[in-house]
Amino acid sequence: MAPAPAEQIYLGLPGPALQLVLLLLSLSAFAYILWKRIGLLRLAAPDPRLDRGLTRLRELLVVGFGQSRQPRYPVAGSLHILIFAGFLILSVRSFTLLGEGFQEGFSEIGAGYATVKDVTALIVLLACAVAAVRRLVFRPARYRDRYARVSHSHEAYVILGLIALLMVADALYEGSEMALAAQAGNGAGAPMSAASSSGGGFLPLASAAAWLLGGGSAAALEVLHLSGFWVHNVALLFFLCYLPVSKHFHVITALPNVFLSNLGAGGRVKPPRHDQPDLDELEELGVAKLEDFTWKHILDFYSCTDCGRCSDHCPAYFTGTPLSPRMISIKCRDEAYAHFPIFGKASAAEARAELVGDTIADEELWACTTCGACEEACPVLIEYVDKIVDMRRFLVDEGRVPPSLQKPMSDLEKRGNPYGKPSRKRADWILNGNNAENGADGGGDASDDESDGGSCGVRRLAPGERAELLFFTDSCVAFDPRIQATARAFGRVLAAAGDDVGTLGADEVDSGHEARRMGEEGLFEALREQNMDALKERSFERVVTTDPHAFNALKHDYELEQPVQHHSQVLAELIRNDRLSFRSTDDDRVYTFHDPCYLGRHNGEYDAPREVLDGLGVRTVEMERNGNRSFCCGGGSLYLFYEGESETRMGEARLDMAEKAGAQVVVTACPFCLINLEDALKTTGRDDRMEIIDLAELVERSLA
Amino acid sequence: MRSSWNARWPEHPAEQSVDAKALTERELMEIIVCIKRVPDVSEIEVELARDGRSIVTRDLDYDVNEWDNFAIEAAVQLKEAQGARVTAITVGDDDSEDVLRRALAMGVDDAVHLMDPAFEGSDAWGLATILHRAIADRPRDLVLTGAISADQARGQVGGMLAAMLDIPMVALVTDLAVEGGTTTVRHEVEGGLERIEQVDLPALLTVQTGMNEPRYVSIRGIRKVAKAEIPVLTAVDLGLDPATIGTGAVRVTEEGVSLPTRGGGGQILSGSADEVIAGLVDRLQQQGGF
Amino acid sequence: MRKILVVVERSRGALDETAFELHSAAKELGEPAVAAVLMGEDLAAPKAELVRWFDEVHVFEDPRLAQPDGDFQARLLAPFVQREQPLATLVPHTNTGMELAPMLAARVDAPLIADAVTMEVAGETAGGHVRALRMVLAGKVQARVSATGGPCGVILSVRPGAFTPLDRPPEAGGTVHSEAVPADVSPRRRFVETVTPDPSAVDISQAEVLVAVGRGIEDEENLDEVRSLAEAMGAEVACTRPVVDKKWLEKSRQVGTSGVTVKPRVYLALGISGSFQHMGGIKGGPFIAAINKDPAAPIFDVADVGVVGDILDLVPLLEEKIRERKT
Repeated sequence: MAPAPAEQIYLGLPGPALQLVLLLLSLSAFAYILWKRIGLLRLAAPDPRLDRGLTRLRELLVVGFGQSRQPRYPVAGSLHILIFAGFLILSVRSFTLLGEGFQEGFSEIGAGYATVKDVTALIVLLACAVAAVRRLVFRPARYRDRYARVSHSHEAYVILGLIALLMVADALYEGSEMALAAQAGNGAGAPMSAASSSGGGFLPLASAAAWLLGGGSAAALEVLHLSGFWVHNVALLFFLCYLPVSKHFHVITALPNVFLSNLGAGGRVKPPRHDQPDLDELEELGVAKLEDFTWKHILDFYSCTDCGRCSDHCPAYFTGTPLSPRMISIKCRDEAYAHFPIFGKASAAEARAELVGDTIADEELWACTTCGACEEACPVLIEYVDKIVDMRRFLVDEGRVPPSLQKPMSDLEKRGNPYGKPSRKRADWILNGNNAENGADGGGDASDDESDGGSCGVRRLAPGERAELLFFTDSCVAFDPRIQATARAFGRVLAAAGDDVGTLGADEVDSGHEARRMGEEGLFEALREQNMDALKERSFERVVTTDPHAFNALKHDYELEQPVQHHSQVLAELIRNDRLSFRSTDDDRVYTFHDPCYLGRHNGEYDAPREVLDGLGVRTVEMERNGNRSFCCGGGSLYLFYEGESETRMGEARLDMAEKAGAQVVVTACPFCLINLEDALKTTGRDDRMEIIDLAELVERSLA
Repeated sequence: MRSSWNARWPEHPAEQSVDAKALTERELMEIIVCIKRVPDVSEIEVELARDGRSIVTRDLDYDVNEWDNFAIEAAVQLKEAQGARVTAITVGDDDSEDVLRRALAMGVDDAVHLMDPAFEGSDAWGLATILHRAIADRPRDLVLTGAISADQARGQVGGMLAAMLDIPMVALVTDLAVEGGTTTVRHEVEGGLERIEQVDLPALLTVQTGMNEPRYVSIRGIRKVAKAEIPVLTAVDLGLDPATIGTGAVRVTEEGVSLPTRGGGGQILSGSADEVIAGLVDRLQQQGGF
Repeated sequence: MRKILVVVERSRGALDETAFELHSAAKELGEPAVAAVLMGEDLAAPKAELVRWFDEVHVFEDPRLAQPDGDFQARLLAPFVQREQPLATLVPHTNTGMELAPMLAARVDAPLIADAVTMEVAGETAGGHVRALRMVLAGKVQARVSATGGPCGVILSVRPGAFTPLDRPPEAGGTVHSEAVPADVSPRRRFVETVTPDPSAVDISQAEVLVAVGRGIEDEENLDEVRSLAEAMGAEVACTRPVVDKKWLEKSRQVGTSGVTVKPRVYLALGISGSFQHMGGIKGGPFIAAINKDPAAPIFDVADVGVVGDILDLVPLLEEKIRERKT
């Protein structure tokens, strides 16, 4: 018979006593480490995250336990799902083995579980091997960040090694017992597994170990049996304490992090402080040091596994800008671990290098277009946009704004648009000539109705006036001649449907969407106030905009009583309700829809534009990165002014993807996507074979 | 406190007076930045007013003169690097307070607003006279002005002020350091070259654009200094005879304004290649294109 | 009859072109004698040249004047101007002139008209009532100004290039007057060194004339033609974003909202369609000339003069004509 670990005396110490000592040591170490880690959370800024409990629970089940974000990467995702499932299943085994140290037979909980755990252990062991080979031999590019100064890759091997060690130790523990039983003559015919202490069943891993150890002497097998047991327990307890000092803290924090997520903020950005709505009351604005982050954002840092999915999806990283969202998490966690150490006192903020400026360069922060691709990719719902906006708020407050952004920002303040155009001319687009249409709509069927003198049926509403639909144009539509054409096209479509459309005219100012996301909160508030005043002076049923940024701002940043729609939604409705008639098309080109970030990812509207394309009967194809994986065109509004360093441009990368998908026409529904992609069309010399067009222009072109 | 400065800073120092010692004795360098509020016409199609003497101001927005903004930043950077007290001064109407607040938000310590109906219509001489009266009795190691202003583009006030204060001046400064009562400056000279020179303080420097990267002034930054006291000094406070300044005392009279003739405008040349190029060369030559 | 003083500058040892431009400008003020004022050291050659142009040449020769120093020059010239009592003193509106003119004006208590592009003497007033045109508000408006001089006349700083020198010297046979440089007037600025800005860090924002090239250039090799044209015009080469994206030209040459903001006097747009993003970087309302293949290019909406054609054909021709015109 195999010796029971609980029954042995170890250097004069009874088994249960040894187990108790180990458990107390490791649990108190773990509690101490966790307490230290929580210490930083307690210093951080407040953030109420305990609302909407049911939604949180669903998120925890789907994204946490359901691992719903993992399959985006088939190989790594599958491996993770296997290891995670194994972790859940084997945690019972680990727990019972701890009990086995106190009382013999504690881990015998039936053949059914024994089978499941042993098969699982085998799978996990194999998964670890595959994962290690993948990292060592195939080296996926995602794991090496171009900006990583310190590699945390060794931690991955430590963890894989520890997991494998747990599996192997358990297999030795159980296998040696089975081998001993076989030697004791339990009969060659009887299943070896019947002798296992876990209670029998189908035990492939343990049986394999028993088969391997079968020739060993009884004494050696007894030692192996006890060693396997204690190695497993010590490794388990070490594992527990190692997690919170490594990048594998996520094993502990990931599920809470998912539960406490922002629940898909949907294009909202967090207020500067949750506990102080009045900007002027704040001593300092934004995040300058670790403690300025919210506790949830620190928890994000703890929860990052360095998997690189965020940066893999980040258009800024893709195009070679200094930003890698993954490094934001990694660098902040390195700082957190260094300055809030397990042993010793936390360092004073003044004694540290500047988090924003030294650890995270200003240029990293300005490179973000807030497209949200990183957040959509993160399996544990780490937030990036809010953090970057918070750090930008600090930069803006300090006056550290790149020169290329200062002029447009001050023009936003003084003239309500970033171009410095006179605000008086804000509604001139309605009547502007047709030059832009003729000049820019290269591939278009030149059926622009010249006779309407450029008018497009959109009225300027004076205060007190009313229209059914209020068209909020925003600055780009109001002043960029190319984009004005898209607005007029939209106006003519609405006119064809008989809708009554008005604008705020010169009383409109920029929505402030990008100003807010650039960190200039005060400017955003001032712009919002002006627009709200203008909106309140007029009456309307709905607000519509052709700019997804304005759509996002009006929907989330403004508190409007009326519903806000994006023009793709209005167009889809018109088609659905048969309010437009189209002529038959002989266009056999292939169309693809480029999802604007603030329509798709941030607001979940993927269907309306596609419904419109279907309604027009054009041939369509999807790019590989579509829907919530859409690839940012390069950023809107103020990003057009930002002069940052990059190797390639996002728009060009996007056209490569469109061409790869076999599309000749890229349809979009955002003025900035149109500008960036049309620009890329020219720079890549594709203007003779591809076309970029706004959804409204396409609809107008097809009108009967 | 101020009176002791007066003693150390005679109104008309001798030609060779180099008061560097005064600076080393003093704890803080005193920097005065002269700034001006000007209209931004960069995106505006300028229209003339009916009287033919001014322009339509409907679309105009005003801000601190671009050159002056670099001067403020230079002063604040000196203050941050080695300590200094920086005072921003402007001559202008009520609205000019904006540019002083902006300067305060950038980190200037004090602001002084020189405002009096008698100041209105002053030419460069008048402005220099007013500034001189305001500065002469103050401690000043370094006086900074923008090299030119975007509205009048005269580039005179700095030089005149230096002459009135009888301190050395260097124009079009692109870099600046101060050590031990001496400033080392880099400034633009002809032929795309720059020269490095040293001047003992006190000195007046006119600042060229691109000298530094002026910090951004956020809305919140402006609001933070909204309540700062800005003293207003009038002609009487400065002991200026109103007859010597303002519209009535200009030395250079602005008789009227007009829009530059710009040829046909939007003309597309036609003809043979030789003809159109000849036409293009004519037009380029007229406009000083080569 | 009161004379007119012309302060001449030297650049790299030779007389600066402005000396002869100001000679022409002085002639706009009527028929008085025109006297050159020359400051520096080793002045034999410029002195000899100036006597062929000016009626008088006043020479301040001193090692301390080797480096242009408007501050020193103003203190040196103030007593001289007070002695000469000219009708007008013309100073080139150059970097040194921008130091000299206002300091001199303040010291001799004379009105100063800065950066004049035209000038005339108004009426018969012997005191010298001078009228001039000067550009204000980023060159978008011209102002008519006038000033009446006192004993020291009127000082005008004159925009370089605003007046055309005579083809050849009038052989004035001027007289040379050596002027004393008092020992008790010393420079207050100490020259350390001259620095040549890094040629790669070109600053197109300050350029008066820009030759800007866009996608119409088609190939990197064709840029040589453009560089050669710019050289002939004395202009800087600028470009649109696509040209920078292709890494054919440095980012520092890119004009536009995401590039450099420029305020030239003349902007020659070659193969540039005139996108909103590009035009947003052009301020100050320059004279815009455009060559583009596409007659519908938006650049023609804003250009003062346009040529429809291929820049690859027309640029060499343009350069040839300009070089012809210049000789």
